[in-house]
Amino acid sequence: MSLQDWSCGVPKSNSETITLSHGSGGRLSAKLIEEVFFKHYLSPELSARNDSAVLDWSSDGRVAMSTDAFVIQPLEFPGGDIGSLSVYGTVNDLAVQGAKPIALSIAWILEEGFPLSQLSQLACSIGKAAAECSVRIVAGDTKVVERGRGHGCYITTTGIGKVPKGLDLGPSQIKAGDCILLSGSIGDHGMAIMSQRTGLVFEPILKSDCSPLHTMAKDLIENIPGLRVMRDPTRGGIAATLNELASSSRLCFQIDEARVPVRAQVKSACELLGLDPWIVANEGKLIAIVAPESLQAALQILRNHPLGSQACCIGQVTQEYRSRVIARTAYGTQRIVPMPEGELLPRIC
Amino acid sequence: MCLAIPGQIVSIDTSGTLRMGRVDFGGVIQEICLEYTPEIAVGDYAIVHVGFAIAKLDLDRANEILATIDQLPLG
Amino acid sequence: MQATDFGNPNHVALLVQQIRAKTTRPWTIMEVCGGQTHAILRYGIDQLLPDSIRIVHGPGCPVCVTPIETIDQAIQIASTPGVIFCTFGDMLRVPGSDGDLMQAKSRGADVRIIHSPMEAYQLALAESNQTGSNRQVVLFAIGFETTAPATAMAIRMAKEKNLDCFSALVCHVLVPPALEAIFSDENHGIDGLLAAGHVCTITGYHSYDAICNRFGIPIAITGFEPVDLLRGIWNVVEQLESQPRNDRVVNVYEHIATIQGNAHAQQTVDEVFALCDQTWRGIGILPQSGLKLKEKYALYDAQKRFSIRSDRSTEASPCRAADVLRGKIRPVECPAFGSLCNPGNPLGAPMVSNEGACAAYYLYQSIKEDKSQDLEVDR
Repeated sequence: MSLQDWSCGVPKSNSETITLSHGSGGRLSAKLIEEVFFKHYLSPELSARNDSAVLDWSSDGRVAMSTDAFVIQPLEFPGGDIGSLSVYGTVNDLAVQGAKPIALSIAWILEEGFPLSQLSQLACSIGKAAAECSVRIVAGDTKVVERGRGHGCYITTTGIGKVPKGLDLGPSQIKAGDCILLSGSIGDHGMAIMSQRTGLVFEPILKSDCSPLHTMAKDLIENIPGLRVMRDPTRGGIAATLNELASSSRLCFQIDEARVPVRAQVKSACELLGLDPWIVANEGKLIAIVAPESLQAALQILRNHPLGSQACCIGQVTQEYRSRVIARTAYGTQRIVPMPEGELLPRIC
Repeated sequence: MCLAIPGQIVSIDTSGTLRMGRVDFGGVIQEICLEYTPEIAVGDYAIVHVGFAIAKLDLDRANEILATIDQLPLG
Repeated sequence: MQATDFGNPNHVALLVQQIRAKTTRPWTIMEVCGGQTHAILRYGIDQLLPDSIRIVHGPGCPVCVTPIETIDQAIQIASTPGVIFCTFGDMLRVPGSDGDLMQAKSRGADVRIIHSPMEAYQLALAESNQTGSNRQVVLFAIGFETTAPATAMAIRMAKEKNLDCFSALVCHVLVPPALEAIFSDENHGIDGLLAAGHVCTITGYHSYDAICNRFGIPIAITGFEPVDLLRGIWNVVEQLESQPRNDRVVNVYEHIATIQGNAHAQQTVDEVFALCDQTWRGIGILPQSGLKLKEKYALYDAQKRFSIRSDRSTEASPCRAADVLRGKIRPVECPAFGSLCNPGNPLGAPMVSNEGACAAYYLYQSIKEDKSQDLEVDR
């Protein structure tokens, strides 16, 4: 089935809602699984209806495993929804580790009263996203909590993937002189969500960058021998990711601020709310550290990818300060970029 | 203190109790109270703080300032 | 689309050259506004200046100077059942004597982040139209002269609409009295002043002449972009270096601020507020330095509407926020800075707000400061 053929269909009734019985494990649970979940993301493992999925693993590579919980509000936002996000999020965590994503589990926590039609939409979105990433949904669970005890729905996904033999990516591979690449503009996801919460209106509409990075990561792994490590800078923005890398490599990450792509709209919205785009979340961006001799080839690969047209080298790894991220401003000055603290709070001062 | 940034007035609505306007901050539109800037017109730039336009940005003056800096001697 | 670009690196370089050429002696310049503190460190303006120019930061952060008693009151009111407590995001993590608003929220208080006082008014309007609701909407009205007109409008509107469910916990403060207090200390050590452009946009800058003349301090009304800040510093240095000295107030934010300020905003502020003595966190009581609701608006005073305990509030100990706010020490000179006190665990208010001098230093600590510290220690 190709992505174009995918149809979410029209739900039978718009008024049907989730009741506590849907999470009871009885007849209604089974009906929900068959009529909603199986409809949108069936796999041989799911249809076997065992207590756990058993996967063929004829590979001499290693297994990568990752898990992520999704509690995003609103559930649907420009550029995506909690369904696609829950697939891409875990796929991206696997992909940047160098793994080929193979299988996912999906656990739903639904609030009593959640519209069945909306659940069906989200399940459809999960099915679409999984097909796009060539992963199977092989296991799942559904629980229903009383009305008022959840925000509509929460999703937890766990994924496993195959790591090619001999591939060794990680902060310990980073060396002074390496180049820091970023696949595109920052802060799109965080500000798209924030706009929904704060009533900022983007004209034209700002979409979340929510998208899968597995093909981009694969292209780099297969073609760039000087690839050291990849990350997807989600919560905490690039400031958090760069600080994690600087801290675990005990090296200095020097970033040219002017080279970091930020959409004009994101910049304006950040100014309005008193936020720094460097700490705003992304859901479809990749940071790659590569050896200096691999720079041009890696940039070319990123830019040839549909999600990487704005890819650029934003800075270099040096030995100047241990475990620090340093931003060079357009004025030739430098400042330390700290690890972001806590929740993003819009400010007026 | 006082984060205040310039935005361009897109439209003005005087039908309610308060003079309100839609203000464009580089592709981000916000509903802003214009009660304190009765002189401001569509197309003008306003300096906005906590949902209120507090002044009109004098663009000509701003450009004069920048032009004067361009004339400063180097070194 | 940006109307004007006051951050062009060529302009910055040209201005820095003028400042360097003018400077022959060491000068200490205070900027009074937290937004300026933030911008100076954000762009590294301090690194561009000659070593002989020292920038110190004044008490211009409303978050930092809001007294601990008021934070405690805010938490008490917010924790009252049936109250919707509206605050700017800035105030959420300011430590009171026992916790902050964020923690109160986690314990069940209905704390909402707003971006304009009018949102609180709108919320109250919606509540009043809802039959059977007896919830109270409370606005935490903090800020300097720039923010007061917005609060004033929300309260004026509430009175016009007879909104019984709206009130404000008012803690607006005024810049000139704080400057007078700082300069009245003989050992203030400050040679020149950058006055806050947005405050002056509202108030005008007549009142700064008196400060300039009384204390012999040249003043530049200054904006917040790199070019604005450097023009302010340039002007003050020029005044300081001129022989003979002719100290005066110069407006280098002239594309936005005017000498008379915003008369409409002033009028509404006068309509709603009267001057009062006000406690400043870290500084103490300053006469006629705050705003209180006038008698005819007293109905909207949250302090009167809610019965508030008046326990004595206590400050955390090793914190030297008071000296930071007076420009006596820089944040890095405080023994608690960065170790005991950081944005994740603020001891003093200046570590909370992004524009608080301590948080700004922590966030954008210039490399110079970092070199003097042990890089092995990860904070």
